[in-house]
Amino acid sequence: MSGIRFTPSRRAVLGGAAAAATMAGLPRFAIGSPPRIKVGFMLPYSGTYAKLGNNITDAFMLRMAELGDTLGGAEVEFVRVDDESAPPKAVDNITELVLKEEVDVVVGTVHSGVVQAMAPIVREEGTLTIVPNAGANRITRELCAPNLFRTSFSSWQANYPCGDVVLKDGHKKVVLISWNYAAGKEMLGGFTESFTAGGGEIVKEILLDFPNDEFQAYLTDIAALQPDAVYAFFSGGGALKFIKDYAAAGLHGQIPLYGPGFLTEGVLGGVGDAAEGIKTTLHYSVALDNPLNLKFREAFQSATGRESDVFAVQGYDTATLLAKGLEAVQGDISAKRDLYAAMEAAEIESPRGTFRMSKAHNPIQDIYLREVRNGQDHILGVAAEDVEDPATGCSL
Amino acid sequence: MDYTYYLIQAMNGIQYGFLLFLVASGLTLVFGIMGIVNLAHGAFYMVGAYLAYWLAGATGNFFLGVAVGVPIGVVLGLVIERLGFVHLYHRDHLLQVLFTFGMILVIGELITILWGDDVHGVSVPAMLAGSVALTDTQAYPVYRLFISAACIATAGGLLALIRYTRLGMMIRASASNREMVELMGVDVNRLNMAVFGLGVGLAAFAGMIAAPVNSVHPTMGDDILIMSFVVVVVGGVGSIQGAFWGAMLIGLADTFGAVFLPEAAGVVVYALMALVLVWRPSGLFAAR
Amino acid sequence: MMSRALSPTVVLPLLFVVVAVGLALYPLVGETFYVRLMAKIIVLGILAMSLDLLVGYTGLVSLGHAAFSGAAGYITATLILKAGVTDMALLLPASLAVSALLALVIGWISVRTSGIYFIMITLALGQMTYLFFHDVSYWGGTDGISVWDKPVLAVGGWTLLELSDRMVFYYTAWACLVAVYVGLWLLMRAPFGQIVRGVRINPGRTQALGHDVHRHQLAVFVIAGTIAGLAGFLEVARSGFMSPAHLGWHESAMVLIIVILGGMGTLVGPVIGALTLVLLEDWVADLTSHWKLIIGLFVIAVVLFLPNGLVSLLTRGAGPSWLRGRRATPAEAQAEGGDDG
Repeated sequence: MSGIRFTPSRRAVLGGAAAAATMAGLPRFAIGSPPRIKVGFMLPYSGTYAKLGNNITDAFMLRMAELGDTLGGAEVEFVRVDDESAPPKAVDNITELVLKEEVDVVVGTVHSGVVQAMAPIVREEGTLTIVPNAGANRITRELCAPNLFRTSFSSWQANYPCGDVVLKDGHKKVVLISWNYAAGKEMLGGFTESFTAGGGEIVKEILLDFPNDEFQAYLTDIAALQPDAVYAFFSGGGALKFIKDYAAAGLHGQIPLYGPGFLTEGVLGGVGDAAEGIKTTLHYSVALDNPLNLKFREAFQSATGRESDVFAVQGYDTATLLAKGLEAVQGDISAKRDLYAAMEAAEIESPRGTFRMSKAHNPIQDIYLREVRNGQDHILGVAAEDVEDPATGCSL
Repeated sequence: MDYTYYLIQAMNGIQYGFLLFLVASGLTLVFGIMGIVNLAHGAFYMVGAYLAYWLAGATGNFFLGVAVGVPIGVVLGLVIERLGFVHLYHRDHLLQVLFTFGMILVIGELITILWGDDVHGVSVPAMLAGSVALTDTQAYPVYRLFISAACIATAGGLLALIRYTRLGMMIRASASNREMVELMGVDVNRLNMAVFGLGVGLAAFAGMIAAPVNSVHPTMGDDILIMSFVVVVVGGVGSIQGAFWGAMLIGLADTFGAVFLPEAAGVVVYALMALVLVWRPSGLFAAR
Repeated sequence: MMSRALSPTVVLPLLFVVVAVGLALYPLVGETFYVRLMAKIIVLGILAMSLDLLVGYTGLVSLGHAAFSGAAGYITATLILKAGVTDMALLLPASLAVSALLALVIGWISVRTSGIYFIMITLALGQMTYLFFHDVSYWGGTDGISVWDKPVLAVGGWTLLELSDRMVFYYTAWACLVAVYVGLWLLMRAPFGQIVRGVRINPGRTQALGHDVHRHQLAVFVIAGTIAGLAGFLEVARSGFMSPAHLGWHESAMVLIIVILGGMGTLVGPVIGALTLVLLEDWVADLTSHWKLIIGLFVIAVVLFLPNGLVSLLTRGAGPSWLRGRRATPAEAQAEGGDDG
């Protein structure tokens, strides 16, 4: 796609479209030349979440190509750091981007533990940071900041609407299962909040070490408890394995399975019949029938040779948001106040449908109810419209 | 919850224990006979899983993949033994530990280069794909029964090898008094190779048959390594019998711990180990 | 190569003076990023020195040393986050006490064994500590804890040290490094140190001379664990972050590598080892995404070719003679051509 090639390095200057901007030693705002900005990707390019990091980056670059490889007229230089989804390295990695590479904009990251270690540093340094995935509630609650935006979702947001869905389907007793980390607990928490408020009962909450995927003992447990339904959050390889093991333990078709949409994102090809009938809620579905989504899916496919997914959409929208902001200030990244104001006011036309930013800089968006039918994601409708994270503790 | 629930959880624990035994037996042999703390043992387990992923995909048949993969794993182990470990036999344990730690980093990264960082899945072979109903609500995956059966067969073969063959006799003798065996003219060099090859073969085989139930990823060797160390310490270093009972104990403790004390699941196993050590400092079945 | 006539007892302290002065002057000339990297090196150097006390001087090879720094780090971070305590006069003693207590328990079980068993038991008990912080949700699970407030030392309304200031932190950590070095150097010259060295060389004879070997080993274990706790406290003050992975055995193994790389039983060696490894990692990571392969091969090379550490190049010539003129191992030859990324 448009000559974007990554050198295989943990932190490499990206070539291609931005090559002209990488000439060393030039002052940033030489008179007569266009403004320049430096964007740093802090994303996983290795480990379990490598695919997510790559989809976000590639979709961002796809949007860049559509915009003529400039943002508000500014030439853009890219640098990337592989954060390995490793929280212990997060502080050193973000420090490197902000202090050594001196980027103007940080795009990161996927893992909610890493993002929480990043946040204090970018808040302290005042670097514009756009989170293209990690759903940690705190990012747009206690940790919210003028320079911190998110184009994806909050964990609460993607799960809260599902409580009513499960109740409406007539299920009162539910077992929760997820990994024992912030994202897992927040996702289950969002569901629990609406589910128990509506009279539902959580029979048991099972938390496994991340990324442990030996589910057998817990599935035996679920079979013995015989709840009305199971609410699960896993993603990637763990989700694939969970859905397969759930069926192998004879639970598929016996106890209905619900979860946030990540449970079935990107795994339907690998699980066969085992995923049939799983209902999930999410802010996106590949099945959405709007012109932008159709165009986006096709463009992503032809640029990368891969199927697009929700993570790609989030990367795409990150570039859109940044472009909207920089257009308002003619590419002058130093005009922070106007830049942030423009980003706050922006209407983002996204493959998921148009959305706006909340005061706390989290999308206000529709949450769709989806079901797996014949191995495909199928939209049953909108579970809740214009869902806004409560942003508890944010003073913006 | 009735007794069948506990019975099924016990089956889960025993199945995990069998798998641990395959890995721990190789570890304890290499340790007891060659005197090497091999932190890279878990890496061989991982190599096995990747070979299963690769070969099952390439041949289209899981069992054929295993049949081809085990010899590849053994050869790989022997090559590493000849090139690397051979320099370590008379070195300090500290250097052995660090050498094998370096091996972990190298093997892990080579695997990443060859197969990428993604989490891979290996399909359960079609003939073992179903599950058997045990009660009205509980069903047990057939493949897990197969794992247990394969482990029992391997364990039986291993015990027979050690008890009834000449190699086994040398292994037993070497575990209890290595210097004496050397003095009696046994080619220690070849014995070391045989033991190391056997250990790697067991670890790789365990990784292969575990691949369909545990997804395949570059850090999978770590967990099983530490658990196997616990098994070896609990069972008594160098003792195959100790490794077996240690593996059963740890497998059950881990499974029941995970279900009944989820917040302390990991700690349960180590607390058990500490208890055993306070009671018997050199393990339940110390070889010397 | 320097002359062989140089005695280690003169060279090593001199070397430390050079390193310490270099670290003290660096912030005057270095870029912000590298000053932060130096601060990381100083903290790691303290941790490595404490392990050297065990490995190099006492002959106790611990593969669970990160547990002590990690436990202290968790106490510091948790007190700041959940109790809002930033008073260093409270945080530091609390974290040191926790690491000392943990070292007492782990040490009590471990020193009953020796050699290979000691390695395995410290490994297992270190992992147990790791899992304790990993599994019990109070501590924040896999993601760990981020804190924003940094420790402050104030006496009667006078703020003496504010560790949120990078330079204040840098020189506080530097002072700790120097203090730990001087303290351990003196300790190893004291009668206690002589006995401990005796334990390493010949435990039987030391016992026969009427010294309780286990008690001395346990005492050293607790001292080392407590100093590791200091490193853990400083790590939280530096990065504002603590996670279970800080306690894992990979972390412990890396510290052990640092001790060997620099030269065990020298105290200054581990600091040089920390400096070398961190800078190497920073440099290699710029070259290739498969930097772990390079680090792994480097570790193997150190074990095979430089078991006495970098410091030995200064004090004893170029290492053991049998190592010289040796061919590269095939694994290394492979690294030359094998890493095309």
